[in-house]
Amino acid sequence: MTPAEILEALTEVRDPEIPVLNIVEMGLVRDVRLEGETVHVDITPTYTGCPAMRTIEAAIVETLRARGFQQVVVHKVFREPWTTDWMTDEAREKLRAYGIAPPPPRADEAPDLIPLPFTVAQSGPAVPCPFCGSEQTRQTSAFGATACKALFFCEACRQPFEYFKAI
Amino acid sequence: MNLETLDAALRPALFEYLLCLGDDALILGHRLSEWCGHGPYLEEDIALANLALDCLGHAEALLTLAGEVEGKGRTADDLAFLRDAYDFRNVQLVELPRGDFAFTITRQFLFATYACLLYEALQQSAFEPLAGIAAKALKEMRYHLRHSSEWMRCLGDGTEESHRRAQTALDELWMYTGELFEVDDTLRTLIEARIAPDMAALQPKWREQVEAVLREATLTVPEDPPYMATGGRRGHHTEHLGHLLAEMQFLQRAYPGAQW
Repeated sequence: MTPAEILEALTEVRDPEIPVLNIVEMGLVRDVRLEGETVHVDITPTYTGCPAMRTIEAAIVETLRARGFQQVVVHKVFREPWTTDWMTDEAREKLRAYGIAPPPPRADEAPDLIPLPFTVAQSGPAVPCPFCGSEQTRQTSAFGATACKALFFCEACRQPFEYFKAI
Repeated sequence: MNLETLDAALRPALFEYLLCLGDDALILGHRLSEWCGHGPYLEEDIALANLALDCLGHAEALLTLAGEVEGKGRTADDLAFLRDAYDFRNVQLVELPRGDFAFTITRQFLFATYACLLYEALQQSAFEPLAGIAAKALKEMRYHLRHSSEWMRCLGDGTEESHRRAQTALDELWMYTGELFEVDDTLRTLIEARIAPDMAALQPKWREQVEAVLREATLTVPEDPPYMATGGRRGHHTEHLGHLLAEMQFLQRAYPGAQW
């Protein structure tokens, strides 16, 4: 198999917390190399403390072993640090359909990374509700059940929803 | 430079330095995790747990790197769970008991302001693996800074009780902030090698940022005490660290090599 084919195989590895997404379209896989009989896969963590990374590492090894590779080495790399900008448009659409508001493109003044001085009021563009599309939404918590998400509430359809934070 | 091209003479100093940074994150993460299930309300309980998780992530990355620099095969788990208090290199600020909510938030605010400046500077470290971790940790620390800064305003410019608790916390914590900016021989070696930033040079910036938020929070900046706590970087800790480690390390000590 070529590195490109290995990358294709890795689309079978899904995010354990958000199973509609695979690790390739999330931008987690940074490089795939073949050195003799050994496959080297470089992945970068979404958040340093993300507990799903271990599951993902194990799934990568399992997936490639099933394709016939005996030697699979997964490297965790921090350069460049992962950014939601690496998520494909398809991935964002899958998130929305799943009920999670996707991250906006991370501009130079990313709304979630506000430079000092801060303001107490929520700044940045409105986050549209993934269920009804309304922009009458408000943040109820900057942190959610997983490190990557925040909690929101839609005033229009009265449903809470999660938002994948831009980082 | 990376692990292969690192000058052997720098290894001991770099190992110590990575313990300093990793232990700060590990011990702070542990204190934050103590709030799990005890937060003032659900969203804040979740927030504190997330902050703790970030800190533990930084600790794992930094202590793993420390073990690789030491070159004796010690993993992050070995370093976290099998060292005694006098081998820990965290500042005393992070090992203090969590206190009330105002104390935890004030400590987080003071530390996060420092950590953002530190990681921002460390992105330029000549030691590439550390620069990579710093770039990642900075993004997460900025959320900590935003969260704790907003809380400082809420508490300081809040009710009489919240203001009193926040001011009390600030007054108690101030004497532990000097240690964040100490420069000893180990650090001096690394500053010369352009691996670590000059912490003393960052202190005025830290002061400026902290005072700006405290002003908005209507809190009084404490006077510098005649004595700033010191010793954490040399393994001299308060009586609190021993108790913390007894709890944190119990399982690995009682069942060595336990896995699940």
